[in-house]
Amino acid sequence: MEKKLGKATRDAYGQALVEIGKKNPQVVVLDADLSKSTKTADFGKAFPDRFFNVGIQEANLVGVASGLAASGKIPFISSFACFLICKGFDQLRMGVSFSELNVRVVASHGGISVGEDGASQMSIEDIALTTTLPHFAVMIPADEVSTRALVEQSVSYPGPIFMRTGRPKAPLIYDPNQKFEIGKAIRIREGRQVSLIATGLLVFEALQAAEELAQQGISASVIDVHTIKPLDAKLLVEEAQKTGHIVVCEEHQIWGGLGSAVSRVLAERHAACPMEFIAIQDTYAESGQPDELFEKYGLTSKHIVRAANKVLGQM
Amino acid sequence: MNSISHPKTSLDELKAIAKQVRRDIIETTAAAASGHPGGSLSATDILTVLYFSVMRHDPKNSKWPDRDRLILSKGHASPLLYSVLARSGYFDPKLLPTFRRIGSILQGHPDRRKVPGVEASTGSLGQGLSIGIGHALARRLDQKDYYTYVVMSDGETNEGQVWEAAAMAAHHKVDYLIALLDYNKFQLDDATKTICNMEPVADKWRAFNWHVQEIDGHDLNQILKALETAKKVKGQPTIIIAHTIKGKGVSFMENNNHFHGVAPTPEEAQKALKELA
Repeated sequence: MEKKLGKATRDAYGQALVEIGKKNPQVVVLDADLSKSTKTADFGKAFPDRFFNVGIQEANLVGVASGLAASGKIPFISSFACFLICKGFDQLRMGVSFSELNVRVVASHGGISVGEDGASQMSIEDIALTTTLPHFAVMIPADEVSTRALVEQSVSYPGPIFMRTGRPKAPLIYDPNQKFEIGKAIRIREGRQVSLIATGLLVFEALQAAEELAQQGISASVIDVHTIKPLDAKLLVEEAQKTGHIVVCEEHQIWGGLGSAVSRVLAERHAACPMEFIAIQDTYAESGQPDELFEKYGLTSKHIVRAANKVLGQM
Repeated sequence: MNSISHPKTSLDELKAIAKQVRRDIIETTAAAASGHPGGSLSATDILTVLYFSVMRHDPKNSKWPDRDRLILSKGHASPLLYSVLARSGYFDPKLLPTFRRIGSILQGHPDRRKVPGVEASTGSLGQGLSIGIGHALARRLDQKDYYTYVVMSDGETNEGQVWEAAAMAAHHKVDYLIALLDYNKFQLDDATKTICNMEPVADKWRAFNWHVQEIDGHDLNQILKALETAKKVKGQPTIIIAHTIKGKGVSFMENNNHFHGVAPTPEEAQKALKELA
């Protein structure tokens, strides 16, 4: 697959917000002094009355959103994922999850592709933290097309949402007419021998890996799990039964990420099969360029190809 | 003499209701053999005045969009909230003895999903003021005229989130937001001045650009007047610092921090109910 860079998913989010703001007057947006980075600033310019920059205070940000939702608004709240989830976690627990209020948390700078700013700005724990909150849907779109579609659908989704967006430009995966549904994974490429199950920026790496595997004579399918919770168990079981070999690929800490979720879902449906895991290996990353970091921390197509061979017993 | 904004309930009637509410607090915590009676009794007069004289609300329509909202940020005072809601008509007071029992709507701490009239699920301290700001901002956007009341404890203001909210509310000129501080001078472990002294309290809120009043939180007239003044404040959030007595109304519970999170024994409850007869 040829690498054609599209917009960063955070940019696609910023654009989608303005569009849904035009259509739905109940949509309000809150940010914690990072609106130029999370890309909520465009909504703020278009709808200044419905935009609240609360300052650098993530706990209060979530609480205010909870109150707005309880009085009928549809709040989208943004900051860097590491700050919003970690500093606002009890507020997400009490005021959103436990309260069953439909706050939409769309947080940027997910994963280690943040790059030069370094480990303190990188969110590698967000899937673990948000999937553990009851009722939450958790998503990581892979490109600008899926981001726009999922943000649009999130307006009417009957529950709270966490969506991770990324800092760098994301390779284009989808054509503009692709259909998306929250909770339904997408089989981008059919294969017979190994299933590459990926989320976020790793979807493109998996597609590249599938091409390299094809050159080695190995037929790999590629699944985009844009929604990690609720997880599309049906499609995952189909893949496990068809190929019998799985590599899960994510830009997240290996503990508590997509790999853990896929393993459980397959095990509890008695569809477990040999698996490998491409993820951050229980460590923090560091400053550097995103491609250098993917290389150093084992998240490239090359690493996926190696894992696929390993799971197939060919190394 | 006084200026009750909803003059239907007389001062004598309010006093009688407050006494009933205090009896409920003793009975529900004693029946559950757990709960937090001290901080429920200290805020009883404040919530009685709000629910029975000041707030515009409809117990038969708890989701009425124009209702005044009350957020009990000090969620451990749930016995107090459940009593005023039941006595207002949100649910049958016969449910009060189910407090803290499995299957009951009356959870140890308030759960907005279960109890009509509970606006926010609280029990993790420091969060109610932020939630109140959210309701007040929604009011502004919807151009309604309801008020949002947030009742906080003094110990709770140790939490950093309270001060995030305080700064943000003033900066955004959030009005129709009235905070009430139940300043009973105790928190779980000991006196507030011993654990984490927040004095000068009024100066702190003034420094955060809030409109500030200080009152005796057991003087119904003072509570009424302060609320009336607070409701007229525009373009600024406002707080009423209510000096109260923990365990107020029962001689052996007053200023006795044993009763922060310990229910009266059956014998103590009998003694207390005699005093509240």
